[in-house]
Amino acid sequence: MSAEDTIFALSSGQPPAAIAVLRVSGDRARDVLCNLTGSVPDERRASLVQVRDPDSDDLLDMALALWFPGPHTATGEDLAELHCHGGRAVVRAIESVLSKQTGLRKAEPGEFTRRAFANGRMDLAEAEGLSDLLFAETEIQRRSAMQMAGGSLSRQVEEWQKMLLALSAQVEAELDFSDEDDVVPAQLEKIRQSTGTLATTIGDILKRPRTEKLREGIRVVLGGPPNSGKSTLLNALVDREAAIVSDIAGTTRDVIEVPVALGGIPFLFVDTAGLRDEAGEEIEQIGIERAHKQFDQADVILWLGEEGQGPDSMALIELAARKDHPEHRKKSSGVLALSPITGEGMNDLVDLLIEKAADLLPADQQLSVNERQAGHLAAVHDHVSDIGTESDFLIIAENLRLARQELDALTGRASTEHMLDSLFGNFCIGK
Amino acid sequence: MNQDFDVIVVGGGHAGCEAAAVAARMGVRVALVSFTRDGIGAMSCNPAIGGLGKGHLVREVDAFDGLIGRAADEAAIHYRMLNLSKGAAVQGPRVQADRTLYRRAIHRMLDELDGLSIVEGEVSSLILSGYRVDGIVMADGTKLMAQAVILATGTFLNGKLFRGEESVAGGRTGEAASLSLGEQIRGAGLPIARLKTGTPPRIDGRTVNWAELPEQPSDGEDWTMSPVTKSRTVPQVFCAVSRTNKQTHDIIRESLDRSPLFSGAIDAQGPRYCPSIEDKIHRFADRDSHQVFLEPEGLDTHLVYPNGISTSLPPDVQEAFVRTMSGLEQAEIVVPGYAVEYDHIDPRALDRSLKVRDLEGLYCAGQINGTTGYEEAAAQGLIAGIGAACVVQGKAALELDRSTSYMAVMIDDLVLQGVTEPYRMLTARAEYRLRLRADNATTRLSPVARELGCLGPERTAWFVNRSRERAEILRILEKDYGSEDLASAGLEVRRDGTRQSLFAWLRFPDVALDLLSQIEPDLSVSCSRLQAEIEEDARYAPYLERQEAELRDLRANEQITLDPAMDYGAIAGLSNEMVERLKAARPDTLAAASRVRGVTPAALAAILVHTRRKNARKAA
Repeated sequence: MSAEDTIFALSSGQPPAAIAVLRVSGDRARDVLCNLTGSVPDERRASLVQVRDPDSDDLLDMALALWFPGPHTATGEDLAELHCHGGRAVVRAIESVLSKQTGLRKAEPGEFTRRAFANGRMDLAEAEGLSDLLFAETEIQRRSAMQMAGGSLSRQVEEWQKMLLALSAQVEAELDFSDEDDVVPAQLEKIRQSTGTLATTIGDILKRPRTEKLREGIRVVLGGPPNSGKSTLLNALVDREAAIVSDIAGTTRDVIEVPVALGGIPFLFVDTAGLRDEAGEEIEQIGIERAHKQFDQADVILWLGEEGQGPDSMALIELAARKDHPEHRKKSSGVLALSPITGEGMNDLVDLLIEKAADLLPADQQLSVNERQAGHLAAVHDHVSDIGTESDFLIIAENLRLARQELDALTGRASTEHMLDSLFGNFCIGK
Repeated sequence: MNQDFDVIVVGGGHAGCEAAAVAARMGVRVALVSFTRDGIGAMSCNPAIGGLGKGHLVREVDAFDGLIGRAADEAAIHYRMLNLSKGAAVQGPRVQADRTLYRRAIHRMLDELDGLSIVEGEVSSLILSGYRVDGIVMADGTKLMAQAVILATGTFLNGKLFRGEESVAGGRTGEAASLSLGEQIRGAGLPIARLKTGTPPRIDGRTVNWAELPEQPSDGEDWTMSPVTKSRTVPQVFCAVSRTNKQTHDIIRESLDRSPLFSGAIDAQGPRYCPSIEDKIHRFADRDSHQVFLEPEGLDTHLVYPNGISTSLPPDVQEAFVRTMSGLEQAEIVVPGYAVEYDHIDPRALDRSLKVRDLEGLYCAGQINGTTGYEEAAAQGLIAGIGAACVVQGKAALELDRSTSYMAVMIDDLVLQGVTEPYRMLTARAEYRLRLRADNATTRLSPVARELGCLGPERTAWFVNRSRERAEILRILEKDYGSEDLASAGLEVRRDGTRQSLFAWLRFPDVALDLLSQIEPDLSVSCSRLQAEIEEDARYAPYLERQEAELRDLRANEQITLDPAMDYGAIAGLSNEMVERLKAARPDTLAAASRVRGVTPAALAAILVHTRRKNARKAA
């Protein structure tokens, strides 16, 4: 596979739909458009065209064609779009004709975005946001991804950069020009105050859940001995919303993971199925270990077993889940009692889960980061925190430089020259 | 009669002298051409050598056995270590030098070099054949042939002096400008731009009321600019400090329309960090006073250099505002200050040996490349001299990078970024400054200098000795000791059972190298400088380790070479500004491209992808 191939893909959702958008990106985009529609429309103007199979001359569809010559396009390359009717047969037919064109192949997942990044059309944080946006399946995922793709993280980082640059400028002035009285001495206390505030801000962001959580969903593990009603509850939760997004195969055969959106929030329900079906002491032991591993990773544990017998975890919620059952045993007051069979209490459970999720997911309008970004921010946090106890300006300057570099790695930009600009803009330097 | 040389150096300032001297030390035949023999080794502006960043450059040139450090010591009438209260990496040695003694030292050192001839006269043109330079033609018609010509002409190219409303052609006051050579260089298609610089009025020291002013004495320590200088020899004098005041500022403000800077006669960019006094008062109107250092120019002259009031105002205004300052009420101006506007070559047309990329055999060094300062000039002279001599001798070019020297930082900045104002070295420019100390220049650079043959016999002997002693000390410092051992020897460390190398113990503020000899009797340090260097190495070692990963990345990107003829305009995603800068800089590696100003990581990714595509196409 080479990066210079021209690529195409269905850029809208799975058919059937009213309209399907097929996108072609790369050097051959113009020729392909010409081959299929007989002409190239004016730049950036939608034109109604007949799409034909160039081999048989069969009419495939009447479509809108758009032509965007590079480099000022979404991918930074020549780009063509066909907005055709969204029936399965139409889309399949056009895709099949496209794939027969020389130098053209179907895009890999995310390849349009990769090209946009490689061609400098967006920075890394924006690219990550866009990729999340394309993956977004629930409303809350979409909103968060929109924030990132719109550059809210990049903007925040830029603000931090500016602040660190200003601090660097003060320290550098102290180091390079302190013999010249025109420079205001750098004030250690003020610098520490600013870096302290930044460390706190970044520390707070680092404490928030990663955006991966939005993609993966809140991990709700159902726990309890065999026949405590876990499967019934799981099925009820799933059926009730009928919102299975896709069926992810369990990480092991003994664990069932079902993604469900409740109230627009992604959940991943995990049934520790292994506990149930195994027999024999040795295997039982393995099953328990696996269950415990699940409990460790859980954001929420719904405990259906004997009260107080569940794992010792902050995430644990006691449930009395078989209110309809003859063997139903009450738990203490305040413990939610419900029945997946009759549906009694199910609404309360869903509300409870949504409420829990609010604490576990990045809040709306709140900046959150993915693991990669968190890695850089953690480094920034360490570097600026070190300044708190340092009085050697040389080391402070080095820590500021390293912090700026980590922020650069997040999105880009800034250099020694930027710092000097900032320095010279603020100080009267010289003799 | 035509004479033949290997290398011709045009200009006898700091760049020219270092270029000629290093080429001669390396064993090639050199002609140093100057208007007058007397002008060689002149300090045309500030009588100071060294300073922050600049002191580093002096020590680095000295590590190649250069002239500037040793000459500064022979002429130093005032020593001052700047930033003494801060970490060693940003301490800057600086001296006031007696002009006469300095020039005498340079002349003596040049005379001692075999294979170096001094040629007096004006250079009228270069001898060009196609894309190579074969020599020069003197104004009297004499032709000098050589494989390489180094232009170190300072501000002499199309120089124009400004003082108030008057302006005259000339490089320094009282000297002619190189007009015809300038025209030829313009004609050769080299990118040329104009810059300006300025100098303050010189004052007769006998008319200064010194008693009224705070004194600034010479440092009591015994450090010297060059580590091979055995001791300070010249009598020390003190400097004094005066200040501008409201009255000074009023006079200057009222006369701004008579300054060529503000009347529009000069539109070239001057240095932001060394602005004229009229610039300072205009740009920083909120300040009501600026410091002025009164620096004696020498032992046998009464001239005083008032550092901080560079100006091109008319002489009557200069006299009026000078006399508003305390101690200067009766001051007589001997030579009024002036501004110089001059041509410089866009250094992005040069390669890392300072050779013009598109012309074989032509090198440029010093102010002609848009820099300011003796030290910057000397360092470039050294680099160009080594570059030319290496070509003559068929040696591989000298390779320095930003993590090993300030010289490399400067060259890299010049050839990649170009200049928008006279370029001055600052420690802030060196991102790996923790490892680039003025006190470890010998350790960093003398090995490669020796390999290239830049060290004279005396320096070589000194260096070999020093290296042996250093290696022996470091060997002993590798030994592990526990906190008990140190504490029992009376060193102030916590008895917490820590066991580590003596080198690691040195990191602690209360552990000094000479104290460790109580534990390791073999540990003896003959030289306090070496001791200080090793202690600093130990102190900052953890921070240097932290930089290692970064340096590995940098070096990996330096392995990715870029086509110098790359068509940046054809790469999607680069802004017009980036394309323009990349075209001018022609970075040789991806690492270099990453340093070109304004080039973002996204743009780098695009450049990388483009390069890979092209290579893939070539391979296909």
